Amino acid sequence: MTSGADPAGAPAALRVVVVYPDLLGTYGDGGNGTVLARRAAWRGIPVELLLAPSDEPLPAGHLYCLGGGEDGPQVRAATLLSEDGGLARAVAGGAAVLGVCAGFQVLGRTYPDAHGRPLPGLGLLDVETRRSRRGRAVGEVVAEPAPGSPRLPPALGGGGLPTLTGFENHAGVTTLGTMARPLGRVSLGVGNGDGDGTEGAWQGRVVGSYLHGPLLARNTALADVLLGWALSAAVADGCVGDLRPLDDEEEADLRAERLRAAGHLARRPERWVRQVLGRPRGG
Amino acid sequence: MTGRHRGAGTTLGPRAAVGVAAVAAANRASRRLGRGSGTVAGGRIGLVLDPGLLGELGRSRRVALVTGTNGKTTTTRLLSAAVSPNGDVATNDTGANMPAGHLAALVARPDAPNAVLEVDEVYLGTVVEAVWPRVVVLLNLSRDQLDRTNEVRMLAARWRESLGRPPAGPVAPSVVANADDPLVVWAASGAVGPCTWVGAGQVWRQDAVGCPACGGRIRFGPGSAWACDSCGLERPPCAAWLEDGSLVRPDGSRLPVRLSIPGRFNQANAIMAAVAAPLLLADSADGASTPGVPTVEEALDRMALVDDVAGRFAVLDRHGAGVRLALAKNPAGWTAIFDLLEEERMTADGPAEGACHLVLSVNARVADGADTSWLWDVPFERLAGLPAVVATGERHRDLAVRLRYAGVEHVAVADPLAAVDAALARRGSTGGAGSARPVVSPTDARWPAVTVVANYTAFTALRSRW
Repeated sequence: MTSGADPAGAPAALRVVVVYPDLLGTYGDGGNGTVLARRAAWRGIPVELLLAPSDEPLPAGHLYCLGGGEDGPQVRAATLLSEDGGLARAVAGGAAVLGVCAGFQVLGRTYPDAHGRPLPGLGLLDVETRRSRRGRAVGEVVAEPAPGSPRLPPALGGGGLPTLTGFENHAGVTTLGTMARPLGRVSLGVGNGDGDGTEGAWQGRVVGSYLHGPLLARNTALADVLLGWALSAAVADGCVGDLRPLDDEEEADLRAERLRAAGHLARRPERWVRQVLGRPRGG
Repeated sequence: MTGRHRGAGTTLGPRAAVGVAAVAAANRASRRLGRGSGTVAGGRIGLVLDPGLLGELGRSRRVALVTGTNGKTTTTRLLSAAVSPNGDVATNDTGANMPAGHLAALVARPDAPNAVLEVDEVYLGTVVEAVWPRVVVLLNLSRDQLDRTNEVRMLAARWRESLGRPPAGPVAPSVVANADDPLVVWAASGAVGPCTWVGAGQVWRQDAVGCPACGGRIRFGPGSAWACDSCGLERPPCAAWLEDGSLVRPDGSRLPVRLSIPGRFNQANAIMAAVAAPLLLADSADGASTPGVPTVEEALDRMALVDDVAGRFAVLDRHGAGVRLALAKNPAGWTAIFDLLEEERMTADGPAEGACHLVLSVNARVADGADTSWLWDVPFERLAGLPAVVATGERHRDLAVRLRYAGVEHVAVADPLAAVDAALARRGSTGGAGSARPVVSPTDARWPAVTVVANYTAFTALRSRW
């Protein structure tokens, strides 16, 4: 990974890498990198935010973010990441990863191309994704953290994650293998769509989810879980810092409003009709 | 006017005539009930009564279609002015840009020989098929309302497919396309009809890095050049381009683009319209010499007078202070507005005050897109250091969180009009750049005190409260 503390004395930085924003940057998920970097900087942790273009070797980092993207670019991203090999090496070295939507699918064992044919993913999550036959899942999602889902670092109380909120827009059905555990269970929306009500997956320090919003802006506790993992990897590289609570009043306000709105959405009859009919794509 | 272009009302069969009457009646009723401007309701009824009505009313005229992610409404307005300075043109100037809106616009002006129609990106193929346009103007494509429409590559593919099909009418439409947008170039380069390339610029390149033709990588530069590094798709040679505020042609001639509406992006819209106008009106290829057909220069002159495009950039009075309204619907649109504000802040005699004191308003209704994730693609970081950014609109909480992470000082005020008042009050208390200026005339567009940047329904909601 990175080469320890700077000999000049500056502490080594926690490196957040946004993977291929030119390919996996369609749905605003680059915001996850912004959220992580800011939340580290506000705590006085030296941090670098790297936007890694797809035509360069993937830089070494402690925390990688993969976002949503269109079908063609998704295939290209998966191929390049597989050839590069850097992401798998980083995970083996203790780095944390967040994949959203297309990025989540790419982290799994297989994912579908534009025609629905299965292609090999990176295999960092024990999940398989196929094309949904029920059209796209588009809309607000509320998910309760699944039992045994990741816990906050001890410095932040060590508690479990609160309710997850986000917006999904995908045509994938993701099935969890035995190694991967679900991140949450949907009370609104489709999530993994495999009939078991799960949303997202996690395994070791690798997290996948279908939620945009971006996910970490609407779920700052999950951002801090990832930062906790990344920080322990960065400390081994000479980074100095610790997590402390932040004043998240505006984020809490947004979360409360989204969960209230979701309550309304869940009661709207056409929502149920759409869920039963499988929600044909608009436009 | 030739017989081919006589007013549409004289060519209709009985079924179509009933449809036209129904559209007109529904529009009147809708207006009387105060339910909007009465364009979409009547159009819908007409299409139910006679699905072929749009074609019947459109094919008898010279029709130009304008589409793209950003600039549709403004370009449509500018092209209308260039084509028919006396207003003798059928156009959907209220922004109702799906077939029902097109039908209503054609019914409203039964005798207008020319029509300039703004078309939603998704509907281009449908409308081309129906009205047999002479000219299709392709502005740009970038991410917008991903939950409602489609990913941009899919839209480009649909355009390409539609324009590449053998024409339904007697001739394939002439295409005027932005050479600076690789997605547009790929879509237009498959067109059956002749294509005129215009270098209109593209503020947002993040959706065009992957080559639309082969999936390779598009390299930008030097200058305005771009090319795919695997398949050779590249910027085509242009018949006109925008350079330092002038329309420049390959022969070196320069025509200054002077508009009453601000911004480089509107100059870009103007040169697209200036190239399209002679193509629409000419009966032969060298149309500029035909009587009554404006030259590119004359088209630009006619557009200079356009000062109000559906209320955009209007400066409205609030307690004696000027409040300017700007519309921005997606990352490319917001980026273009930030460019304008930055330009104004750097110009000593410009409306610097109104470019510093901002109200940002965001909704997430169906017409806006329900997913607010796009806020994180907008470079709000560029507003860091400004005083008094006020976040408002139905999704002001999403905006406030975004501004927090962008390092932009802000307050959130839920009610948009109260937000405007808050910005005006903060401007007073902070003794901003313009505090020593005399009270301005409320309609003096040069000196707004506050600029409101809003997305679609946030814009119309605020506009309706004046």
